[in-house]
Amino acid sequence: MSNKFIGQSIKRVEDKRFITGKGRYTDDIVLPGMLHAHFVRSPYAHARVVSIDMTEAKAMPGVIAIYTGDDVAHINGVPCGWQVNFRNGETMREPKHPMLIPTGDTAKHAGDAVAIIIAETKAIATDAAESVVVEWDELPAVASPADALKPGVPKVHEQFPDNTAFDWSLGNPIDEVDAAMAAAAHVTTLEFVNQRVVPNAMEPRAYIGQYDEVSDKYTLYTSTQNPHLIRLLMCAFVLGIPEHKVRVVGPDVGGGFGSKIFHYTEEALVTWASKQIGQPVKWTSDRSEAFLMDAHGRDHVTKAEMGFDKDGNVMGLRIKTVANMGAYLSTFAPAVPTYLHGTLLQGLYVTPKINIDMTCVFTHTVAVDAYRGAGRPEATYLLERLMDLAALEMGRDPAELRFQNFIPKFDGVTEPGYQTQVALQYDSGDYAPVLERGLEMLGYKDFRAEQKKAAKTNKLLGVGFSTYVEACGIAPSAVVGALGARAGLYESAQVRVQPTGKVSVFTGSHSHGQGHETTFVQVVADKLGIPMEDVDLIHGDSDTVAFGMGTYGSRSLAVGGSAIVKSIDKVLEKGAKIAAHKLECAEGDLEYADGKWTVKGTDKSIGFGDVALTAYVPHVYPAGLEPGLDFSSFYDPANFTYPFGCHIAVVEIDKETGKTTLKRMIAVDDVGNVINPMIVDGQIHGGLTQGIGQALFEGAIYDENAQLTNGTYMDYCMPRADDLPMFETDRRTTPCPHNPLGVKGAGEAGAIGSTPSVVNAVIDALWSGGHKVKDILMPMTPERVWRAMQN
Amino acid sequence: MQINLTVNGKARKTDVEDRTLLVDYLRENLRLTGTHVGCDTSSCGACTVHLDGVAVKSCTLLAAQADGCVVLTIEGLAPNASAGELHPLQEGFKECHGLQCGFCTPGMIMTAADLLSRQRNPSEHDIREALEGNICRCTGYHNIVKAIQWAAEHTPAPLLADHHVWTNEPATAAVAAV
Repeated sequence: MSNKFIGQSIKRVEDKRFITGKGRYTDDIVLPGMLHAHFVRSPYAHARVVSIDMTEAKAMPGVIAIYTGDDVAHINGVPCGWQVNFRNGETMREPKHPMLIPTGDTAKHAGDAVAIIIAETKAIATDAAESVVVEWDELPAVASPADALKPGVPKVHEQFPDNTAFDWSLGNPIDEVDAAMAAAAHVTTLEFVNQRVVPNAMEPRAYIGQYDEVSDKYTLYTSTQNPHLIRLLMCAFVLGIPEHKVRVVGPDVGGGFGSKIFHYTEEALVTWASKQIGQPVKWTSDRSEAFLMDAHGRDHVTKAEMGFDKDGNVMGLRIKTVANMGAYLSTFAPAVPTYLHGTLLQGLYVTPKINIDMTCVFTHTVAVDAYRGAGRPEATYLLERLMDLAALEMGRDPAELRFQNFIPKFDGVTEPGYQTQVALQYDSGDYAPVLERGLEMLGYKDFRAEQKKAAKTNKLLGVGFSTYVEACGIAPSAVVGALGARAGLYESAQVRVQPTGKVSVFTGSHSHGQGHETTFVQVVADKLGIPMEDVDLIHGDSDTVAFGMGTYGSRSLAVGGSAIVKSIDKVLEKGAKIAAHKLECAEGDLEYADGKWTVKGTDKSIGFGDVALTAYVPHVYPAGLEPGLDFSSFYDPANFTYPFGCHIAVVEIDKETGKTTLKRMIAVDDVGNVINPMIVDGQIHGGLTQGIGQALFEGAIYDENAQLTNGTYMDYCMPRADDLPMFETDRRTTPCPHNPLGVKGAGEAGAIGSTPSVVNAVIDALWSGGHKVKDILMPMTPERVWRAMQN
Repeated sequence: MQINLTVNGKARKTDVEDRTLLVDYLRENLRLTGTHVGCDTSSCGACTVHLDGVAVKSCTLLAAQADGCVVLTIEGLAPNASAGELHPLQEGFKECHGLQCGFCTPGMIMTAADLLSRQRNPSEHDIREALEGNICRCTGYHNIVKAIQWAAEHTPAPLLADHHVWTNEPATAAVAAV
């Protein structure tokens, strides 16, 4: 042990290659003989493929092969990784998501592919696609989840005429919740849309499939968050290739935010095609294609009601939501609106009766799946919108109303975790301090005075609160298995001490911006008491890393980091045996600190490097002990982790134009112990921005033909530097009681708490100007806000 | 067609297809893969390079349009890049955690270099305005702004005055014709 690195804002080890242009993303990789793929995609959201004429395209110089749905009909569809059955026990409806749409079948969203063209250059493949003539029979389509259940709407899958994938509920029996609501002195009701947003990692998805005839082995380079999971899904469920014959590499990956968790058809197709042709095949999505094909996030239509007694105590919560799954069930899709959403509806409050009624529907749109926060932002959005609106309606202070209803402090060690009404047991929590600190940073009293003054000018000021809890560090395998997961959610790690005492750490987590190459190394270097330079982190390659479940759900440090700690413990345990032998003492007489074992009370010691060398040159060695110093571990967490925090937004609204300016964004987060504060702050900043983006700027817009009408950066409004203030962040620390580092996870928190705080701030501003509106559709464009002020 | 240009101080003479974009020429012909493609509408700025000392989006120029010009990419930004030296902006991004996944970073740095060449001490507002054509999905821009402020404080004045001190090439007015 040493205490040099954990808790320090160490500058990132990985930065050098990125700032000098030496990052190596999938599209940067060129293999000998590599060919390029381009897809012919449906221009319609719903259309039958009548015929495909490829005569001209096939004759073009440089075109190597064209495959259609008929050529790959024997390949399975991409699977869904989570099964959520209907309330009545009926099995979840799981339509095949085919590689390519065969002739006679129907494309089910704009962008559904009918052919893959493989050519010598990307330009030739793209040109050839223009020459493919597809005869389409256009059919009516449905895009909105609310419309999908209406009678007579177009069917996405003929065999499922009600467009329902499954329905689901959780919480207390509905009659108990109904009774609580009926007895409430005040019920706040909100009907709203949590709109569809597009993840937009800056690196578009890219894949290279390579088949080596000599070894009969495939390699897939893929911009993924979880190489081993892709290998498992692609081998076992899609292509039927034995896993030991496939290497999956996730090199540098330019952001994921959920969208690169999932196994996509293009990954399997380039892998399959590389064997058919005998040359590597690369496909890189362009941005317009990414808008059409990458899984989107959110897309709920909700009616939410929160009941209070006459003193403002929350008595009940009743939720009815329709969630969009898109045309096919993506890898994690069924879990997102259910077990990652319904289970969070307790929030931070002692609400005694909660029920959620969820219906998940198919529409003629690309799949909806996990996007930063995945279900938890939707849960936080409805709770926190209700809380601020209830305060306005009841004439209560929104901060006071929260303090009154907070779950009391519990540390999860001397007192048990908090058992919610919606299945989860929170690990540890202390909710008041984050709000107290947020109010202090805001200068709450002064703000209200300022707001009153502003109301008399042409600018309205508003403040919005959001206090959230989330569940991350996913997850105990037994728990998620019982809830329908088709995979375990542990993590693996190997700590290989080299003979010289240098350390290679192999993790199944995958870094695509999170800074694992720094944070994980800080942990290892401190635990072993050696310099960070002596430790290297290896990730993202299924041939070097034994196994892994990947990075998502703010799980890397809580689960992957814990696996590393387990392996370090094993290294130190064996190291102590070797040290005791060398020092001729009992193991119990030794203590380990600063990279050496010392006989307690003496100056006799042996360094970590000497022990490592002895393990590999075991001339003087304990009898019966194996040589080597190299340990693997799997860590399956005992529970989720439950970070929480308080986000406060201050907005200014121009009465003339309706334009909202975000003036301040305050975030006080408690993510448990922190290894690298600089990196945690960075994660919070990025999350806040995605949440703010949903509130003010972003949203996929589909027309009546289920066409995405804003599928480019010219049309889809991404948050930009000049849209945002400097963020004000602080932290409180309540350690996680059930993992060795006491960490909870910070990747998603920013995106979970911020959206409702911004919307609440706009509503608060409007009320201060006398406009008692309950809701404004997100994104809250100037036009929408202006219209809200005209009533 | 044949193009003649200087990239990161090296003279290049290359035959390219007429329709070749500058970014594809840099990435594929020269294997300078630090310049990235993040969109297809000239919106994201991941492909930003300098053409005759001015930041341009290399996805929106033909390689042919760079004929006769001096091009600077992220790989050549540091005065003595081959010796492992960093430009103050590169240092600033590391110092202030101005990057996460790194994909937008080269474009951000090249845009910031253009700003600092025009404005010695930009305000936070100036920096945010200058970054309007560059999208980052990871950082929320907070630390990018700080990184550029850091670089402004730590950049020796001569480095700012002329990008071309290390390319030994005169700036031309070719970009005006673009």
